Amino acid sequence: MRGKVWKYGDHIDTDVIIPARYLNNPDPKALASHCMVDIDEGFAGSVQPGDIMVGGWNFGCGSSREHAPVAIQASGISCVIAASFARIFYRNSINIGFPILECPEASEAIKAGDIVNIDTKTGVITDETTGQTFQAKPFPPFIEQIIDAGGLLSYLKEKK
Amino acid sequence: MGMTMTQKILAAHAGLPEVHAGDLIEAKLDIVLGNDVTTPVAIGVFEKAGFTEVFDKDRIVIALDHYTPCKDIKSAELCVTAREFAKKHDITHLYDVGTVGIEHALLPEQGLVGPGDCIIGADSHTCTYGALGAFSTGVGSTDMAAGMASGLNWFKVPSAIKVELTGKLQPYVSGKDVILHLIGMIGVDGALYQSLEFTGEGVAELSMDDRFTISNMAIEAGGKNGIFPVDDKTKEYIRGRFKREPAFYEADEDAEYERVVKIDLSELKPTVSLPHLPSNTKTVDEVAGMPIQQVVIGSCTNGRMSDMRTAAAILKGRKVADGVRCIVIPATQQIYLDCMEEGLLKIFVEAGCAVSAPTCGPCLGGHMGVMADGERAVATTNRNFIGRMGHTGSEVVLASPAVAAASAVAGCIAAPGV
Repeated sequence: MRGKVWKYGDHIDTDVIIPARYLNNPDPKALASHCMVDIDEGFAGSVQPGDIMVGGWNFGCGSSREHAPVAIQASGISCVIAASFARIFYRNSINIGFPILECPEASEAIKAGDIVNIDTKTGVITDETTGQTFQAKPFPPFIEQIIDAGGLLSYLKEKK
Repeated sequence: MGMTMTQKILAAHAGLPEVHAGDLIEAKLDIVLGNDVTTPVAIGVFEKAGFTEVFDKDRIVIALDHYTPCKDIKSAELCVTAREFAKKHDITHLYDVGTVGIEHALLPEQGLVGPGDCIIGADSHTCTYGALGAFSTGVGSTDMAAGMASGLNWFKVPSAIKVELTGKLQPYVSGKDVILHLIGMIGVDGALYQSLEFTGEGVAELSMDDRFTISNMAIEAGGKNGIFPVDDKTKEYIRGRFKREPAFYEADEDAEYERVVKIDLSELKPTVSLPHLPSNTKTVDEVAGMPIQQVVIGSCTNGRMSDMRTAAAILKGRKVADGVRCIVIPATQQIYLDCMEEGLLKIFVEAGCAVSAPTCGPCLGGHMGVMADGERAVATTNRNFIGRMGHTGSEVVLASPAVAAASAVAGCIAAPGV
């Protein structure tokens, strides 16, 4: 996957990813149209399919709303890179088959607007704008199986 | 090497003699919980995957508490989806308007959760039941769907932070001040992926309501769960409520902890968290006088009976200050009834408070107290993120019921008992 970077800071919480006032309509497209609105009004209208979101520490903290990774995914973002993820957001992303990568070095160095190339299998992140490369932590095999199956429910179905 | 209390519960539910931090395990679930925001999404996932049966109709709890009584057509439709699913699968524990309470006050009160349980809930504050000596954690809707389908879910066994409590709380200092203080010490990701294991002689000094409040906000430190040992107070609390057989687990003497945090309860002062992170803590005397327009006393963190009593004791015979709106929300129908029988509702109404039916409403900016640009609330809720209670230009200051009630009377942030 390859795309332009949308860069955000530390402790990006699920209330700013998708404010609770929009949770009354769980349709992914509707959620995407409000994604990040409280801290970045321009995001939902300008994000392009394949773009990449980069956050700092504790990305996705707060509420358990799965609407948060669903909103980001439906907005067209292909992958989120962060220094660290809050645990429910991390689970939710894996469970819906949405790729996320933990990499503090990439989170620090990559800038808004950079063009970034990601190999989710190897975890290699390349910032084509600066020429820097980074190695994200690989997923444990069990979690890779869930992602490969396309999410937790597909994994459960396959196992049955 | 020994196991922590959390690790022992997970091992037992995974059918393993022992587990270690970092192990990925599959564990049996005692209760799977969802609310009106997360359950409809879980139902969609469950049905899309082609599941037609739930694993156990008695072990799924659906509490329609967030936007109820429904605030608009879309939220009414979410409730319809949840009700129809509950009817189709003959779900025993559906709580709707008239019986519903805020889920994390309701489930312990109704005896649906107890010591030794392994519980997931599609609501981040599901960690509340750690107060009962259960492993309990918040998950998303897909996890809830998987839990409803299989009665199982995957977990990464957490490492632990040991929180050693000593001493005894001073008057007007409560569980809320303990947890805000702890989050201020370790940060909003201080316990990321970890369990918070509360121990020490100070535990015995804490009421069950204080323990619920403390476990409830483990997530605000990034924690997977926050767990208390089972003692006489726990056993007294579950007596007559909890119908299943409880299981009592204790941490091994040689359990491994990544760090130990010590808190002397007697040194704590009334504490608040300023916008926009729960870790942004100050003692109330450092910020006294800060103007406010709204006070919210309620939520899964502080809407229990002792919270109502604390607030009423301060509001009794006094008036909410001009220019301040004070909203009181008893967390369950039982608490509402108890407030009525003890005369607390009269105290609240005479003081000029608005008393609401149980709902999560204002805590997440849903309804029943949404704020405009430039407004500030003191709230006994759990999050003060940007836009949490309404406009992105509004602010939430987190506090205990005592501080919230004292602030309502003063018209600004104020210390109780002054």
